[in-house]
Amino acid sequence: MTSSSRCAACRHLRKRCPSDCIFSPYFPSTNRKRFEDVHKIYGASNISKMLKDLPVHLRADAADSLCYEAYCRRKDPVYGSVGVISVLQQQMYNLQTQLAQIQAEIAVATANNNNNNNQIPPQPYFDGSFFPDQNGGPATSYDPPSTWFN
Amino acid sequence: MKNQEPRSISSCAACKFLKRKCTPNCQFAPYFRADEPKKFAKVHKVFGASNVSKILNEVPENQREDTVNSLVYEAEVRLCDPVYGCIGAIASLQHKMVELQHDLILAQARLACYVENQPSYLDDNINIIAPNTDFQEPSNGLVESLNYNSMPFDQFSQFQFP
Repeated sequence: MTSSSRCAACRHLRKRCPSDCIFSPYFPSTNRKRFEDVHKIYGASNISKMLKDLPVHLRADAADSLCYEAYCRRKDPVYGSVGVISVLQQQMYNLQTQLAQIQAEIAVATANNNNNNNQIPPQPYFDGSFFPDQNGGPATSYDPPSTWFN
Repeated sequence: MKNQEPRSISSCAACKFLKRKCTPNCQFAPYFRADEPKKFAKVHKVFGASNVSKILNEVPENQREDTVNSLVYEAEVRLCDPVYGCIGAIASLQHKMVELQHDLILAQARLACYVENQPSYLDDNINIIAPNTDFQEPSNGLVESLNYNSMPFDQFSQFQFP
């Protein structure tokens, strides 16, 4: 087997690449950096074990997700992909807060319109769960996300 | 009389797991206490002790506790979801954010209909004419770069966080 046909993992590990190499479908020789990153964080042995423990049809996604987590950890050695989750969760909470505020304003405006017999009737554009009840009570607001990472 | 060696200090969870002597300057001891054996076991299973040690050496000492906590969390999530790990959670959050942003656009447009002297962003069929996309784009470049096309977003709706 020529060296050019070895996968990125076997090239990096300087070993022969057998026909049933666990790495070769997911770490082609055209992208050596991909394996170097994931090897640096998890180690070839752990990657091999994780892939072998999975059904074949799920290994590609697993390899991709491991590579992405390794990429996140390389970019942010302290928090890795958990830092990304934290940022997204905060952004989501901000959006929920904004949405709840606007829904409350809509509720007030709708109540005022009803009182003034405004021409624009309230029309549900959601499933109706976010609109106030007929007594002008507050619209339902999003529950804040649970903090599952301190 | 032979001098007796001083009693060894209690091994940290890492050294107990690795079955080695825990030295006073053990790198793992501050973060893997003996009463939390599972914590190190999870991290070791996913990353390996050697890789954890390398990662800790790369960060300043005052950030090592946070580093260990994030590694433990990643390991836990990976053990719960061996295929997608934390990326599953990220995909789920991104999906929810897209939905929220859409809801926010509609709500702002709807509110505009009620505000005096404000242009309506909805036509007669409640379609958006000029959406108010007054959102802050994610400032974290890493978040923006997440374009994980191979991830089937729909199946992450049932993801259970540990």
